[in-house]
Amino acid sequence: MKQNITEKIISKHCGKKVKAGEVVFADIDWAFVQDGTGPLTMDVIEEMGGRVSSPENRCVFLDHASPSSKYQLSDTHNKLRKYAQKRGMELFDIGEGICHQLMAENYVNPGDLVVGADSHTCTAGAFGAFASGFGSTDIAFAMSTGKLWLKVPSAIKVNLAGKLKFPSMAKDVILKIIGDLGASGATYKTLEFTGEGVGNLSMESRLTICNMVIEAGAKNGIMAPDEKVNRYIKEHRRKEIGFEKFQSDTGVKYEKEINIDLSKIAPQIAVPHGVDNVKEVKEIEKQDIPINQVLIGTCTGGRIEDLRAAAEILKDNRISSKVRMIVVPASRKVFKKANKEGLIDIFVDKGASLVTPGCGPCVGIQGGVLGTDEVCVSTANRNFKGRMGCSESFIYLSSPATAAASAVKGRITNPKEVL
Amino acid sequence: MKNELTGKVHKFGDNISTDLICPGKYFHLRSDIKKLAKHTLEDADKDFMKKMNKGDFVVGGENFGCGSSREHAPLIIKQSGVGAVLAKSFARIFFRNAINIGLPVLECDTDKINQGDELKVNLKKGVINNLTTDEIMKARPLVDVMYRIVQAGGLKEFLRKEKI
Repeated sequence: MKQNITEKIISKHCGKKVKAGEVVFADIDWAFVQDGTGPLTMDVIEEMGGRVSSPENRCVFLDHASPSSKYQLSDTHNKLRKYAQKRGMELFDIGEGICHQLMAENYVNPGDLVVGADSHTCTAGAFGAFASGFGSTDIAFAMSTGKLWLKVPSAIKVNLAGKLKFPSMAKDVILKIIGDLGASGATYKTLEFTGEGVGNLSMESRLTICNMVIEAGAKNGIMAPDEKVNRYIKEHRRKEIGFEKFQSDTGVKYEKEINIDLSKIAPQIAVPHGVDNVKEVKEIEKQDIPINQVLIGTCTGGRIEDLRAAAEILKDNRISSKVRMIVVPASRKVFKKANKEGLIDIFVDKGASLVTPGCGPCVGIQGGVLGTDEVCVSTANRNFKGRMGCSESFIYLSSPATAAASAVKGRITNPKEVL
Repeated sequence: MKNELTGKVHKFGDNISTDLICPGKYFHLRSDIKKLAKHTLEDADKDFMKKMNKGDFVVGGENFGCGSSREHAPLIIKQSGVGAVLAKSFARIFFRNAINIGLPVLECDTDKINQGDELKVNLKKGVINNLTTDEIMKARPLVDVMYRIVQAGGLKEFLRKEKI
């Protein structure tokens, strides 16, 4: 029986060969919550008797309100800190970074089964792991029993060829795919990225692409692991992992096949208020849309590669006096690395504002909430109405290069213009 | 939980995201579900909570509940008094969460259901009686175990009841 990589990983975690469509109970390797979803999980675990299986493989991330902006959130943080300690789980406090970035830096290995109480858990698929987001109750069940029921998804193959040409970035690739598929075009399915193009993408780019598969409704996104994955793990965790390399069988059938030539992808932008409302920047640029804020950050666009791109655009330019640029490194490590590379100096000198590693203003809690009628160009993954804290504001999603270029000109701008 | 539900329809469009259902600006109210529920669906319709009555139905189009995994989204819909959510299709995480917290969710062709219609819904059979248009529709009934979880009030309650 031929299997794709997702089927193989799930098979490994339930001790039998499975095929798409089957409902199984799978053993999980990693389960985590964040400060928005953790409290409900805590309650359910206690309801179920308070047992946490393999606590060293269970994490609590305080990232959405990093740092806290309201006393209620501070109280929630304290509850979660105490609980993590009580149950022996790993706690990452405010300022450490975003859950998905920390999972990537510290934990996920190829072939792992990762579940998280956050929809962007799919990010970890870049390691060749099965990684999917669930709600608090499901994660409580997973944390407690070490298992979770799931339906094995069928897969859509996305064949990547060629190499990205800066200022086109990975974000542009995934925006194009989501624009073509639509917000529910991949519901319940795997988006499996294959082809030589994957090998040509950096680890950061792969994480960005897998991060956004949920925006097309997908259950998981995945790329077969290679030497770059191994090097990333070695660099971040200072160890070589002996792992089984999972690859899809040749000749396995897919629901659909999409072909993308990375070298032909132009800068893209998701127009409010839908992630799948994707157009080419050069088209939207003609509308001469003035902007108020730019966000460089989040689990989609806050990694070292993203900060480098923004700094590259900024270094020989100035931020428009009409624009606030908010920079939120995705983790403490990213912050340190950016500092060592002189990127933080560039951001500070050019007038950008630095925010503590975490989700920043992406979810509308703190760090740059928008005002009435304001327009923001953001490297985040959602632009739903009211997302950044104000129902009467407008969020355009783009790559860090497009966002930085727009900050320079004070309006939505194709990055090719400022290079 | 009752198997036969009656109430009025509040009709919404496609892609009603969890941000529209449970806006981020009320994130700090998550620790107080009753307070948070006062803002249910506020960014989809700012007057929803003023207009709705206990037992009413929320009816959407495609991809209801898309976006975040926040379980608070179905939770506050339930807390607000909504009897069930009907939609042409649901986003996967929202659907699972709804079952887990005991909010009935049914997939059917909602094009035939309009704002203000009075419906009688048989949850177990998935039969929708539109009392306003006199039409009877069939929804995809919930798989047995999902129906039992919803009937119990959610997964926590189901596990307690079944003594698992």
